[in-house]
Amino acid sequence: MCSAFSGAPAVEVHGLVKRYGNKTAVDGLDLSVATGTLTAVLGPNGAGKTTTIETCEGYRRPDAGTVRVLGLDPVADAMALRPRVGVMLQSGGVYPGARAEEMLRHMAALHAHPLDVDQLIERLGLGGCGRTAYRRLSGGQQQRLSLAMAVVGRPELVFLDEPTAGLDPQARRATWELVGELRADGVTVVLTTHHMEEAEQLADDVAIVDGGKVIAQGSPEELCRGGAENSLRFSGRPGLDVSALVKALPADCAAIELTPGSYRVSGAVGPQLLATVTTWCAQHGVMPDRIVVERHTLEDVFLELTGRELRS
Amino acid sequence: MSAAFAPRPGAAPVARMIRAQAALETRMLLRNGEQLLLTVVIPTLLLTLFSSVDIVDTGKGKAVDFLAPGVLALAVLSTAFTGQAIATGFERRYGVLKRLGASPLPRWALMTAKTCSVLVTEVLQIVLLTVIAFALGWSPHGNPLAVVLLIILGTAAFSGLGLLMAGTLRAEATLAAANLVFLLLLVGGGVIVPLAKFPDAARSVLELLPISALSDGLRAVLRDGAGVPWGDLGILTGWAVLGLGAAARFFRWE
Repeated sequence: MCSAFSGAPAVEVHGLVKRYGNKTAVDGLDLSVATGTLTAVLGPNGAGKTTTIETCEGYRRPDAGTVRVLGLDPVADAMALRPRVGVMLQSGGVYPGARAEEMLRHMAALHAHPLDVDQLIERLGLGGCGRTAYRRLSGGQQQRLSLAMAVVGRPELVFLDEPTAGLDPQARRATWELVGELRADGVTVVLTTHHMEEAEQLADDVAIVDGGKVIAQGSPEELCRGGAENSLRFSGRPGLDVSALVKALPADCAAIELTPGSYRVSGAVGPQLLATVTTWCAQHGVMPDRIVVERHTLEDVFLELTGRELRS
Repeated sequence: MSAAFAPRPGAAPVARMIRAQAALETRMLLRNGEQLLLTVVIPTLLLTLFSSVDIVDTGKGKAVDFLAPGVLALAVLSTAFTGQAIATGFERRYGVLKRLGASPLPRWALMTAKTCSVLVTEVLQIVLLTVIAFALGWSPHGNPLAVVLLIILGTAAFSGLGLLMAGTLRAEATLAAANLVFLLLLVGGGVIVPLAKFPDAARSVLELLPISALSDGLRAVLRDGAGVPWGDLGILTGWAVLGLGAAARFFRWE
């Protein structure tokens, strides 16, 4: 029933502006999320991710621009949208005295065709703490309960605001698996994250947000391919004449000895460059050991686009 | 669980949502120790203690005939005002109201559920306090419908004021202020101390408080067998309109 209009985007944001006092949190942001895809909104703290998501959820009114969710206005059409959209807030959202299972059953009771609560609890590893009051749950358990609350009503679109923040590696894997299944079962997923690995592993589409704007959008592969340079690492005997190696390479390449016997060549790494490096090694009687062509990671792209300095 | 998450969205029927919400809110209230102290323990203690020990001069007649209506008014105050203000203040602080705002439950249905939960709690309180009062030799008179009317209007007045506080102040400030107001109204609202004990000037002001109107109205009916206490109902209606109106206008959900 949800894929009937699979051609139309599930979320469309055009020129969104949101100010708090004289601070501009979102500054002309454009974002389009195709139905049935998993989109990761990636950005440093204060980039405007949560404000954008919460505008899509109907919590805030745009100061300028338009927001359409499932073709509807999140504020004006809130009552039509709410049953169709699952929401995971960054924190809180549960009665401190409510038990995990009780709260999840309650959210299920607000929907017409909810998931089986017992199975969902089992699935998210909350079985052991179903009778525990929310305020006594660990941070990771609270996060998983919040995720369960977002999906229990069988929504066609979910917004997950930092679903894996504060989770240990096992819990993060479990969350990734569940999010992957959501997408496989036809749920459109929009999540925010600081984890590059998360975006790289899960997302069909990544939108990098900084300063209240989307500064790059594409599949992880597209983003990693574009612009940035790759590098080639190899090991050999220590103290090779790196400057001589650089002379043999194309003009825009660089080479350094990272640690004794470990070298990195950076530049447009392709078959030709690889051949040039190995030829140079052969000429100098060097056996290059452990040659690795390093793919650019999303983290490199991210840092390149958003800068390396710490944000206040 | 293949295709377990396949979308099938839809809101539950609104009556079912309200029922579920009211049941949850009532459970939260009954599970909260501090709230029970306020809504059950304090009214019960006051009723038994002041009925059996002659501490305050409650005028002619049995002490329990004076105290029972006052303590019933106090029970309404403790649940509709103090308890509801504190609970709602923390729900706002912990993002519960925000999260429910993204669920299929409409706001009006949430408020309806809260009211149902308050009324259910009040019924439990009234049953308990009535049983205790009878055991202490209480002999009530009057028209039960007038009593119901007074309690409903009192609940509306206190709910409006409680929600106004919860929706505008920080949760900690609400906690402190709601308890302070409870204490002040307990002393100065004709609950256990007759307003006749106060100087005339203070008394004419205190009589306008919603707690005074409720305890005075209940006493007029239950002790003196009066008909419908229109004056007290008028005061309660005024507070209800003022409180609910201001709460609707100024309540912040986040």
